Amino acid sequence: MSTNDTYYIPHKATWPVIGTGGLVMTLAGFANYLNGSAIGSTLMVLGLVIFIIMLTGWFTLQAGESESGMYSTQVGISYRMGMMWFIFSEIMFFGVFFGTLWYTRNLSVPWLGGAGTGAATNELLWPSFNATWPTNGPGKVGGDFEPMGAWGLPFLNTLILLSSGVTVTWAHHGLLAKNRAQLIKGLIATVVLGFSFVSFQAYEYHEAYTEMGLTLGSGIYGSTFFMLTGFHGFHVCVGAIILSVVLFRSWKGHFKPENHFAFEAAAWYWHFVDVVWLGLFIFVYLM
Amino acid sequence: MSAIVAEHEHDHHEHGPAKGLLRWVITTNHKDIGTLYLVFALAMFFVGGSMAMIIRAELFEPGMQFVNPQFFNSMTTMHALVMVFGAVMPAFVGLANWMIPMMIGAPDMALPRMNNMSFWMLVAGVLLLASTLFMEGGAPASGWTLYPPLVLQTGTALPFAIFSVHLLGISSIMGAINIIATIFNMRAPAMTLMKMPLFVWTWLITAFLLIAIMPVFAGAVTMLLTDRFFNTSFFDAAGGGDPVLYQHIFWFFGHPEVYVMILPTFGVASTIIPVFARKRLFGYSSMVYATASIAFLSFIVWAHHMFTVGMPIAGELYFMYATMLIAIPTGVKVFNWTATMWKGSMTFETPMLFSIAFVVLFTMGGFTGLMMSVAPADFQYHDTYFIVAHFHYTLVPASVFILMAAGYYWLPKWTGNMYDERIGQLHFWLSTISVNILFFPQHFLGLAGMPRRIPDYAVQFADWNMISSIGGFIFGASQLLFLYIVIDTIKGGTGIKATDEVWEDAHKHGLEWTLPSPPPYHTFTTPPAVVPTEHEHI
Ligand code: HEM
Ligand SMILES: [Cu+2]
Repeated sequence: MSTNDTYYIPHKATWPVIGTGGLVMTLAGFANYLNGSAIGSTLMVLGLVIFIIMLTGWFTLQAGESESGMYSTQVGISYRMGMMWFIFSEIMFFGVFFGTLWYTRNLSVPWLGGAGTGAATNELLWPSFNATWPTNGPGKVGGDFEPMGAWGLPFLNTLILLSSGVTVTWAHHGLLAKNRAQLIKGLIATVVLGFSFVSFQAYEYHEAYTEMGLTLGSGIYGSTFFMLTGFHGFHVCVGAIILSVVLFRSWKGHFKPENHFAFEAAAWYWHFVDVVWLGLFIFVYLM
Repeated sequence: MSAIVAEHEHDHHEHGPAKGLLRWVITTNHKDIGTLYLVFALAMFFVGGSMAMIIRAELFEPGMQFVNPQFFNSMTTMHALVMVFGAVMPAFVGLANWMIPMMIGAPDMALPRMNNMSFWMLVAGVLLLASTLFMEGGAPASGWTLYPPLVLQTGTALPFAIFSVHLLGISSIMGAINIIATIFNMRAPAMTLMKMPLFVWTWLITAFLLIAIMPVFAGAVTMLLTDRFFNTSFFDAAGGGDPVLYQHIFWFFGHPEVYVMILPTFGVASTIIPVFARKRLFGYSSMVYATASIAFLSFIVWAHHMFTVGMPIAGELYFMYATMLIAIPTGVKVFNWTATMWKGSMTFETPMLFSIAFVVLFTMGGFTGLMMSVAPADFQYHDTYFIVAHFHYTLVPASVFILMAAGYYWLPKWTGNMYDERIGQLHFWLSTISVNILFFPQHFLGLAGMPRRIPDYAVQFADWNMISSIGGFIFGASQLLFLYIVIDTIKGGTGIKATDEVWEDAHKHGLEWTLPSPPPYHTFTTPPAVVPTEHEHI
């Protein structure tokens, strides 16, 4: 019987405990750092290093197993299901922050301004509060700020991410057509676009902090703006790193038209990040 | 698609478990990991239980006796968090790990390495949480709901508690993904969806709930973290945020979360009752549909926890009626269990006793839930001992009793030894009587106005509190019997070896009873050709 109709079950796994240890160390370090303890940052960096070693080790192991043909179609289905449900969990995570934006803009800020049942709150506590968006609340938390417009860098970034969705699909077609040059070129383009998105966003943050008075502490506008775009930016970074690994593996000759789960997973993740950005562009920047 | 384990010719030494303690650290075997989860959950049951004993000792009499109010509130908070995230949820994941592959004829879980990681993430999360007990300012004392602004006053412990929630979330999501992939992708070809045991069905739906809600809880606590340390204003009205927003997000997670603890409970009950009634499960498909409807409804009723917080009247009405709807599929289930027993040739071994007690006592918890769903009435019940009685009826004589039932039901399969039936029955009667002495009086206390989460109370509440505490101590002590039975059974029990089938005709109800007791390290490396079913029409 060929390995291809068996379900591969690994017998011992050391990376999971190592990774867990690394992650706990990172988080405990971060918590210590937040509490102002001196060992915090050291612990955090150490934990992160362990975590990254784990990621490298675990993925190298899996890539090797995959290339040596140990994964049957059925194993591949498990991985695909895993990735799909992971992305679903990410959608729910972003949903929290989109929901927060919706709730504050449409409910709690108007209530503070006296809408609905909030009349007394407004009269007694903050009679001068003018409930319009963007706002940093009746306490003008964080001081005066200028909101982020949509048509400069954010629009450019929209174009960048949308084109990167096209380039990654083009790379996929290359992979399916056994055209390795197209696969590699498409991936390079995607990775470059991804990292330029991140750079532009870093520049935008810099502008916000230095020129516009807009910070994470600028009341609810600043909180929702930076939380949503920040978590998204982080996901773009992670996605671009994953795609770089896929690029490296493509260059080493990995992946076949009928077996390239890592590529597919990276592409799904990338499209997910893309769609979240569209939501951000509409609800955070445009509206 | 066939599911045959790849055993590589060159590494025959890898067939069995690793030697020594390391076996448990690096194992990818679903039975080992199931055991780890179950042992961990049992340990946490006693840790959380000890905290409950401290609470009941303080409440034994009015006045302050043993602990200061801050520590008392830490105890209620930690008791709840440990019981929910450390005991009940992991225990069901343990059962899922042990039983799902054996019930669907699969060689193992779909993603064995991730399975290992999800267990260790759980341990890490609980350790981080437990470490807060020893920190400056004490463990979180805000109640398990972690409401701001109160929770933001927590001392050094706050970021640790928040990160522990993140770790527990990661653990649950990984576990849930694994369960879904296993059920969808690893079933024996003969095991069609509508032949699956209800335990498998309820876990499938629970896993979906988990993936949907754990990220929501993670998001909520992340905003707590940034509000405290990074100047954000999510839950601060001065900056345009709203503390009530936290409550909405929390309960969007929290209500489905209580179903995460009860749906697998339903599944185990539906698995055990037919075996001891010697009938098929009544209304198999209606059980599946009821489970799915409960899961769906659980997403759209969350603000019944917020009736007194302040909501537009339309919101109060909507959440009231939506909550009442849940009673319908729940009623279907209670009806089906009862109908399964109707005219059955019943015997009353310990697992069945616990299951019957579950049906009766869970129904009471459901009824008090229905009472509280009436928004104007809930203004009286909210934040009193009435709601404490409600959720303890749904959690202790329901989830915990069914976990006990599951223990008695499957221990002979897991260990190959029979447990001591006399001690089992003693454990059952002590638990069932004491749990009612413990929680029933709390209904009266609540209706009379005793608030929850307080270390001291008016003297008019003294009598029922003392009775409740006495019930609590008996209940706590009785659980040591369970610990004894588990250890005793593992070590050989009554000396009687369990047969493969263990319970009369059990093989007609579940694939696991066709395997030897204890089952070998790897089972169903080739899928079984025929599978049993509860379904009448196949
Ligand atoms: C018929 C089904 C049910 C209904 C109608 C129902 C209704 C309610 C309502 C209205 C409340 C809020 C009471 C208040 O705060 O004033 C509540 C609280 C609660 N319920 Fe239920 N419930 C049901 C089943 C369950 C189940 C199955 C569980 C768990 C296994 C559960 C666990 C809880 C918990 C833990 C709380 C308290 C949360 C807290 O404030 O800390 N309920 N329930
Ligand atoms: Cu609820």
